[in-house]
Amino acid sequence: MAIADVKEYTHLTDEEVEQIGRELDALRKEIEESRGASDAEYINRLIKIQRGLAFAGRVTLLLSNKKPAWALGASMLGIAKILENMEIGHNVMHGQWDWMNDPEIHSSNWEWDTAQPAEQWKHSHNYIHHQFTNVLGYDNDIGYGVLRMAREQRWSPYYLGQPIYNALLAGLFQWGVSLHDLDLERIRKGKKDPKEMKRQLKQIGRKIRGQIAKDYVVYPALSGPNWKTTMTANATANLMRNLWSYMIIFCGHFPDGAMHFTEEELEDETREEWYLRQILGAANFTGGPLLHILSGNLGFQIEHHIYPDLPSNRYPQIAERVQALCQKYDIPYTTGPLHRQYGQTLRTILKLSLPNHMTKDKNPTQPERSDTANTYEQDLRRKSDAERQPRRTELGGWSRGGKQRMHD
Amino acid sequence: MAVSTIIPWERVRTVGSRLTTPLHPDDYLSLVNPLWSARELRGRVEEVIPETDDAATLVIRPGWGWRYNHSPGQYVGIGVQVEGRFQWRSYSISSPPKRNGRTIAITVRAMPEGLLSSHLVKGLAPGTIVRLASPEGDFVLPDPPPAKILFLVAGSGITPVMAMLRTLDRRGSMPDVVMHYSSPNAERMIFREELDALSEKHEGLTLHKLHTDTDGMLDFADLDDFCPDWREREVWACGPSGMLDAATEHWKDADLEDQLHLERFSLEVGGEAEGGTVTFQTSGKKAEADGATTILEAGESVGIGMPYGCRMGICHTCTLTLVKGAIKDLRNGEEYNQPNEQVQTCVTAAMGDCTFDI
Repeated sequence: MAIADVKEYTHLTDEEVEQIGRELDALRKEIEESRGASDAEYINRLIKIQRGLAFAGRVTLLLSNKKPAWALGASMLGIAKILENMEIGHNVMHGQWDWMNDPEIHSSNWEWDTAQPAEQWKHSHNYIHHQFTNVLGYDNDIGYGVLRMAREQRWSPYYLGQPIYNALLAGLFQWGVSLHDLDLERIRKGKKDPKEMKRQLKQIGRKIRGQIAKDYVVYPALSGPNWKTTMTANATANLMRNLWSYMIIFCGHFPDGAMHFTEEELEDETREEWYLRQILGAANFTGGPLLHILSGNLGFQIEHHIYPDLPSNRYPQIAERVQALCQKYDIPYTTGPLHRQYGQTLRTILKLSLPNHMTKDKNPTQPERSDTANTYEQDLRRKSDAERQPRRTELGGWSRGGKQRMHD
Repeated sequence: MAVSTIIPWERVRTVGSRLTTPLHPDDYLSLVNPLWSARELRGRVEEVIPETDDAATLVIRPGWGWRYNHSPGQYVGIGVQVEGRFQWRSYSISSPPKRNGRTIAITVRAMPEGLLSSHLVKGLAPGTIVRLASPEGDFVLPDPPPAKILFLVAGSGITPVMAMLRTLDRRGSMPDVVMHYSSPNAERMIFREELDALSEKHEGLTLHKLHTDTDGMLDFADLDDFCPDWREREVWACGPSGMLDAATEHWKDADLEDQLHLERFSLEVGGEAEGGTVTFQTSGKKAEADGATTILEAGESVGIGMPYGCRMGICHTCTLTLVKGAIKDLRNGEEYNQPNEQVQTCVTAAMGDCTFDI
């Protein structure tokens, strides 16, 4: 059942909620004030490693006809793309490194190595997803317009094909993401401003041209007689990144325990309530430092959602404090090993491909919950920016660049 | 035949970017050698030459993208990473423009409250990579120079005038120059030996030194004593704001304002916006700004402690939250009008009324 009031759901008093807000604000300030040379060194070193890997991968693939070189080059390139998309690009665009005042590592102009233009990503992710996290009808990441991930979404026979759509989305994740901000559902319903759509398509077109040319024309051409194997290696590297980022991202809000919310929660949502919704709507996974770097520190999805613009290398440290806070106030904190989190996600994908009456609701029903009983009638239409609440300050600081425009 | 005439260098870099897109080749090259990048101008500190106890000249070798054609008297922005964060200041270039030169020099005086200036003078090791901003400023000695010049400098204000004197010396075009230089005492007087040598070498250069610790500050009423024909001279003055204010008054009284040139570390932005009332919501203060006044300037005019760095749109130190309203970037006309978005204040001006979270 979707939550309409986080305070009620967590059985917290007004004072407790306020206190939680104060403690989280204080933690934020603590981290902000302690940012310094070692953090700057972290991101600079990571960028150096990532670009070194990309360079090494490309050079190795000049000899892609040799199987070991093919495998080594594709792996290095795949890991480079994973690092760039997840730990570097996504985080830089959130403004996590803007504090350094370094225009070369800054949210205002970072363009990442994938088919989606940065400007559109910042709109659909930094704003829409992070502000309206897991709110039905507002968070377009619930199912990405392709999958049914909440029982409250009306079932139709289309969803019987969900396992296949899921597999396709996983393999072609980069392309799904590139179209995400266009909001295909609104286009289908004829609600999208055609001028805005044209502008976004042009922007996407330009980005895609560069990406496709790089991986499937320029580098194969440079490999001369090895062009075919370079192409397959590059495609494999892209596939590696697609599958890996799909899996990590799906583990962020789909495991059991990551709750959905109704529109009512958004009404007059205070800062503290926003914090609570972020904690309840996200799911972590456990692992060692290497896994966390390779997954963009999204194993700390909860911490990332509370503080989207604090440096990702600090999330492990922040997590200890957030966990303690949740224990103190008895707030559910969802985490588990990666395979279990993904397993639960996959099970939900399969389950919701069927109509509700054929499956059991995974979330314990709350007695006396008159507000969520009839959420099937909820208006789950896609919204436009004009219909959304404007950007909250809790999202933290990130900038548009000079050439980046407003959205519909 | 040089390769550059067969294949233009720019063309190579453009083609190269197809290999690195969405990055630029410089993003990879700079990892090998930090100077191999024109994305953001950089330089390497080659030497730190102590001038006095509290001043030093930094000799900097700029990287790619640098044009060695600054005009004597201009200033350059320098960004240094301190505890992970880039801090920016502007300093006058003290070296003359040299076509075949590979370095520029700035002379920095450590101010007791200035955290960065002390670091630059005492703590910067040769080999450090710094960020640079292109030379700016209209406190410039024209070429050819006017026939009669008066330089009025105090303290570290000597630096742009030093660039001018060195240029006149290099080009052999030293006209009739009277120079008045105030400094607390002889030991603190930067470049004193070089100035003595120049005034010996050039007949046209007359040097007056004033040690303010012992003899007090310059009173402009005494100008006639050491420079009776000051009304006929083009004047360049650089020093503490008190001195510049007094100079402005003195020249205004003589109705000769046009002949007085003062150093002002402010950016000339091209565009214009509407203007409007800028509200600073935390303090409640409001400023009426016209279309050419930046938000930063508007805030400073009503006493807000506005953050700033390079003051020219590079470093983003000045970024604040635009709570509501609209502003325009004066460099390129881009408008920012989304509630709660992060915007730079040093290069933007109000488009109607707007509110900031400070």
